[in-house]
Amino acid sequence: MSFLNNVITGVSLGSIYAIIALGYTMVYGIAKMLNFAHGDVIMVGAFMCFFAMGSFGLPPLVGVLLAVVVCTVLGMVIERLAYKPLRQAPSLAVLITAIGVSYLLQNGAQILWGAATKTFTPIISPTNAAGEPNALQLFGGQLSISYVALLSIVVCLVVMVSLTLFTGRTKLGKAMRACSEDKGAAQLMGINVDSTISMTFAIGSALAAVAGVLMCSAYPILSPTTGSLPGIRAFTAAVFGGIGSIPGAFLGGILLGIIETFAKAYISTDLSDAVVFAVLIIVLLVKPAGLLGKYVPEKV
Amino acid sequence: MLKVENINVYYGAIHAIKGVSFEVNDGEIVTLIGANGAGKSTTLQTISGLLHSPTGSITFQGENIASVPAPKLVSKGLAQVPEGRRIFLNMTVEENLEMGAYTRPSSEVEPHLARVYDLFPRMKERRRQVAGTLSGGEQQMLAMGRALMSDPKLIMLDEPSMGLAPILVEQIFDIIKELHKVGTTILLVEQNAQMALSVADRGYVLETGKIVSSGTGSELLNDESVKKAYLGG
Repeated sequence: MSFLNNVITGVSLGSIYAIIALGYTMVYGIAKMLNFAHGDVIMVGAFMCFFAMGSFGLPPLVGVLLAVVVCTVLGMVIERLAYKPLRQAPSLAVLITAIGVSYLLQNGAQILWGAATKTFTPIISPTNAAGEPNALQLFGGQLSISYVALLSIVVCLVVMVSLTLFTGRTKLGKAMRACSEDKGAAQLMGINVDSTISMTFAIGSALAAVAGVLMCSAYPILSPTTGSLPGIRAFTAAVFGGIGSIPGAFLGGILLGIIETFAKAYISTDLSDAVVFAVLIIVLLVKPAGLLGKYVPEKV
Repeated sequence: MLKVENINVYYGAIHAIKGVSFEVNDGEIVTLIGANGAGKSTTLQTISGLLHSPTGSITFQGENIASVPAPKLVSKGLAQVPEGRRIFLNMTVEENLEMGAYTRPSSEVEPHLARVYDLFPRMKERRRQVAGTLSGGEQQMLAMGRALMSDPKLIMLDEPSMGLAPILVEQIFDIIKELHKVGTTILLVEQNAQMALSVADRGYVLETGKIVSSGTGSELLNDESVKKAYLGG
């Protein structure tokens, strides 16, 4: 039973990674940049929900909505102010700017909200009024799946299906794919490339907000650096699945969650990150473009 | 329909286009011919707003479009088939065509699709296929079909024969003649001067950024200096 428990823990953790990785991969696909500030947007989202619920006593749904709205705007503002002026700049300059934005968000949060770790109020409390766990009990209580874990998995599936439908079926989604392939040709079709990129940041950041709230509900501690490690792990997941690929981010996220949980359960808690990255290195040695990525040779 | 007057384009210190002027009238096929590096594609990119000229003017249907950003031009009726086709290789044939109609209301997509499929039956057969799997000739057809999806008044073709086998070049030029017959105005940029001049109403010869001669297609085909430089004697 503990094996099954670990699988479910892994999948729910992986679902959160996948939601974050989807933001990374979409932005990479269209803007061809690694937005290292993405992880810190998660933290901002979690703080918004924390204040809405903790300080103002608003219902969880309002907290989530506030987080989504604030992060969507934040993502678009970051793109407009920090990355758009660098559209023609070498990619190294953009990368360094992204790292700068990441620190700016962390330090900004520290000034505004303090460095001390806060206890997050989960959107679904771990226990109900009667003191019983808020969890799905299976096999006579031997297998217990918390509602937060279930919610993470469901949200991840919904996000995945909606994004697939959006990019495959809608005019805007197709325009996004056209931009990610060839911005010049997309312009000739009359597609406004700048607003398409801005929209991609908006979607990615909204997803980061959702991921932030889910993550802090499962692991209820919050500080200005909360987003940084999950951000890096989700980036790893995106690379693992094939950066730029939406199903790849999904697969990479879930696998990463499972590997991390198994490493913690069966090898060593301290070594879990090392195991995760060792697996990543092996996968990249065998498949340099990631599990579902396409290897595109540089054209000369 | 299109009037280009005294445009100059610089790539850094290089003066690529030196005071080029020409015009395209309603319903005409006009060709710009010239060797590699003469400035043909640069001229087209300046018209389509991807490059800018500090001097002169570009007038399309009476409106100065020199400062109109590239994505806005399509909705004004100016479509371009870029050099090297630049179709979206990871998207299906039909998705590529839909992108061509991006600026049109969705109710117009179906009739335009039907028209393009009529013109290129091959595209209809392959409409669910990913564009990257098409042959070079089919990709050129797709690029032309995609441009036609916006129902343009003027279509600019940049080197449509590039990299194609002679039989396919003939097919592409047959399609150009077909488009001309139904009243589409065409600006054709070509290195294949023989083919281009044989279908064109008028032509301009571009040499190192300047127009050195102009005339009707047949005049230029029989012009001694053009023959010598571009038609192999």
